[in-house]
Amino acid sequence: MGRAKTIARRSFLIGSAAILGGVAFGAYLVNRPTPNPLHDDLGEGEAALTPFVKITPDGITLIVPRADVGQGIASTQAMLIAEELDIDPATATLDPGQPHQAYFNGSVASESTPFPAWDHGRVAETVRDLMITVSRLTGSQFTGGSSSTADLHETLRRAGATARETLKAAAAARTGVAIADLRTGDWHVILPDGMRIAYTDLAADAAQIDPVTDVVLRPATEWKRLWKPYRRLDIVAKSTGTQDYGIDVVLPDMLHATVRANPGRGGAMAGYNADAALAMQGVRSVVEVNEGLAVIAENTWFAFQAADALEVDWLAPDYPASSAEMWQVLEDAHTEDNRNSRLRDDGDVEFALIGGEIIEAEYRTPFLAHAALEPLSATVLVETDSVTVWTATQVPHVVRDAAAEITGLDKAQVTLHVLPAGGSFGRRLDHDYVVQAIQIAASLPGTPIKTTWSREEDMTHDFPRPLHLARARGAVADGRVVGCDLDTISPSLVRSWFGRVFFVPPGPDVMLAWGAFDQPYAIPNYRVTGYAAPQLMPIGSWRSPGACSNSFFHEGFLSELIHAAGDDPLAERLRLIDDADSRRVLEAVGEMSNWSGADIGAGRGRGIAFAHTHGVPVAEVIDVTMTDSGLRIDDVWIAADCGTVFDPVNAEAQLTGAAIFGLGHAMNCELTYENHAVQQTNFHAFEGMRLHQTPRFHTQLLGLAERVRGLGEPATAPAAPALADAIFAATGQRLREMLFSKFVDFA
Amino acid sequence: MDLVINGETRNVDLPPDMPLLWALRDGLNITSVKYGCGIAQCGACTVHIDGEAVRSCQVALGDVWGPVTTIYGLGTPDALHAVQKAWIEHQVAQCGYCQSGQMMQAADLLANNTEPSDADIDDAMSANLCRCGTYPRIRAAVHTAATTLREA
Repeated sequence: MGRAKTIARRSFLIGSAAILGGVAFGAYLVNRPTPNPLHDDLGEGEAALTPFVKITPDGITLIVPRADVGQGIASTQAMLIAEELDIDPATATLDPGQPHQAYFNGSVASESTPFPAWDHGRVAETVRDLMITVSRLTGSQFTGGSSSTADLHETLRRAGATARETLKAAAAARTGVAIADLRTGDWHVILPDGMRIAYTDLAADAAQIDPVTDVVLRPATEWKRLWKPYRRLDIVAKSTGTQDYGIDVVLPDMLHATVRANPGRGGAMAGYNADAALAMQGVRSVVEVNEGLAVIAENTWFAFQAADALEVDWLAPDYPASSAEMWQVLEDAHTEDNRNSRLRDDGDVEFALIGGEIIEAEYRTPFLAHAALEPLSATVLVETDSVTVWTATQVPHVVRDAAAEITGLDKAQVTLHVLPAGGSFGRRLDHDYVVQAIQIAASLPGTPIKTTWSREEDMTHDFPRPLHLARARGAVADGRVVGCDLDTISPSLVRSWFGRVFFVPPGPDVMLAWGAFDQPYAIPNYRVTGYAAPQLMPIGSWRSPGACSNSFFHEGFLSELIHAAGDDPLAERLRLIDDADSRRVLEAVGEMSNWSGADIGAGRGRGIAFAHTHGVPVAEVIDVTMTDSGLRIDDVWIAADCGTVFDPVNAEAQLTGAAIFGLGHAMNCELTYENHAVQQTNFHAFEGMRLHQTPRFHTQLLGLAERVRGLGEPATAPAAPALADAIFAATGQRLREMLFSKFVDFA
Repeated sequence: MDLVINGETRNVDLPPDMPLLWALRDGLNITSVKYGCGIAQCGACTVHIDGEAVRSCQVALGDVWGPVTTIYGLGTPDALHAVQKAWIEHQVAQCGYCQSGQMMQAADLLANNTEPSDADIDDAMSANLCRCGTYPRIRAAVHTAATTLREA
């Protein structure tokens, strides 16, 4: 393996185009301003980079730096480049590349500023631009926040166009034909006489000239692939068992390892006895790693067995030991001292809540695990002057830095192979499992070691969605919602997660209030206040962080107010909505579902919810029926607008998948703690949704919003409140707490 | 001991109480068989033994009672099984990690029921977990595969 390969790849990324006899389009653009309008506001020397296309005499490689965790972004990235490059992306090699500043993601940080996504005002845009610059300078290469398409779609099309125009320039120089007389199509530059020169035959010529960056992107009307149904590039592999994931790495003479960490996350280890484990079949060694111990063995099963046999004296971490005590912490945190943000404060809420009909409610959501089906895993080979890591990660730059730090090597001596993930839902935005795998491999230099967490370890040592509490008061008058005052209380996700992988940005924790403060309602007296509770255990981003709880609180309470006012849930939302894109999705979901109110007959109920998250307005309508075997979800209608839909088949999958994720966890899942330990350690106690509970789905993407956005998360948040609203319509029972199966029997 | 896997006899030198799952994955590098839970709650490790869908995490190596078929034995990219064709046509997979197990389960269902109803599919497939939520397409793909197999 290769050290030669390592050097070659690194050199490619720093712009030496001679390596491999190839052309690294875009690497030339280092420190040069680019015509990419997304980055027009960058200053002198703050260039956006487009090193996304490599052509050698042997083939074309497309660099697709956003991690594919199942959301299909590898295909989308390739398709965006290929549309302008005029190639069938299925004929190219896809490579996630090495972590590099060139692949920075500006959207994650810029969307974490204290402005609603629909605020395009000057202050909001200026602060966002500043965060984009910080992301670029820090080389933050996150995949997350439904940001990949929004962040990269122009960059990638421009990279494809730059490559194409440069190849045409090379062909013009070789043949003497004017560039204007050249066309491209299907891997070839085409001369006026019909003669075709393969891109790969032009690689060496193109390497000698400056890339043509003054390109015009093709309008949507000329797209051959985008915006039309196409086949995911990984669909055959994933339908034949031939897709290798991070956990599937096989290397010669590889050993296997697993980890046993303190069940009370963050607690230390007073001592241990590994004698019994070391005496077991196939066990090579026991090593100390972050948070606990690891067993290195001849196969994973031997390692699992030995890990169970370790006798460890764990020390308790420094936060409350049980869920009940943690809830008490949240209740106690609802004080002025802990006030963290008030990002929505319209009208005069205090005045509106004097007299009239006042409604009060308290809402709760529990801890939740990510529980991606592929347990966390990483394979690492540490050698004298290099470290190589194979894993599925959403933070490759963080993994690279950790590998260098742990081994004492230079960052340039780290090679990272980012592999497809068997799900993530935000879990792989942390790299704790890779750190352990590097520590394990560092104990045995020269031997590749694959570390695999057991499912039990994966559930016990998640960075879970935090528990979240809301207290709300509202007022209705004259059949209208006139006041809403929502207090949302949770440990700070920004402080916990950003603190581990980025830096804690100054100012309020906007994620704590996402899905509440940023909803485009024009309620006359309207206030959202965030309270940051003490930190408890480390927590993480869970599909649609913040909003996955706040949307349930906000929409649930709004439904209560609308009901008290005697209004129709859809009509009153439409009256209150102050955003054209949002109004359109509500109108669309009404038409799709033939909305005529929440009453759809005896024993049945219809609910609705709306959420504007990750820049995407989504409205969902849900029908339920009471049956002899329990409450059944019949149909779900989803209308959303993410702007241009590049990848419609996959977009539909993301809408339904995200809604199923939101519904299944709201119905069936929670993590609870006793003696600091998670009590739900496997899927018998944490099922999510299964096939028999899955309703029919009806989706529509309007494609009218001006800005392109991503769909990995947005349909998650409104799913739970829409279901709660439907259950209320069917049963008269208002659910204010997850999990719903505590209160309702589902079929 | 000898195992017949996808028609080929393979020798493994591993303890008889080791789950078939780990013998396949770590002993024989057959990584298309996935580890998800280890306690028969997710179905990602589903293979056929003697034509019957089983959870390979629950079958001790010493208890394997017949020839083993994995997803490779069901079909390959060049020679797809009707279930795999349907999975591709409906673009079922998102992360895809559960899908080998889903397809092995679906193939077992269709071998025994050529015209499954939605309720039959729910009964047969609900023990196979998909965390991405591809269920609507799984349902559609099973129906399509059933039609293909009936017309074959």
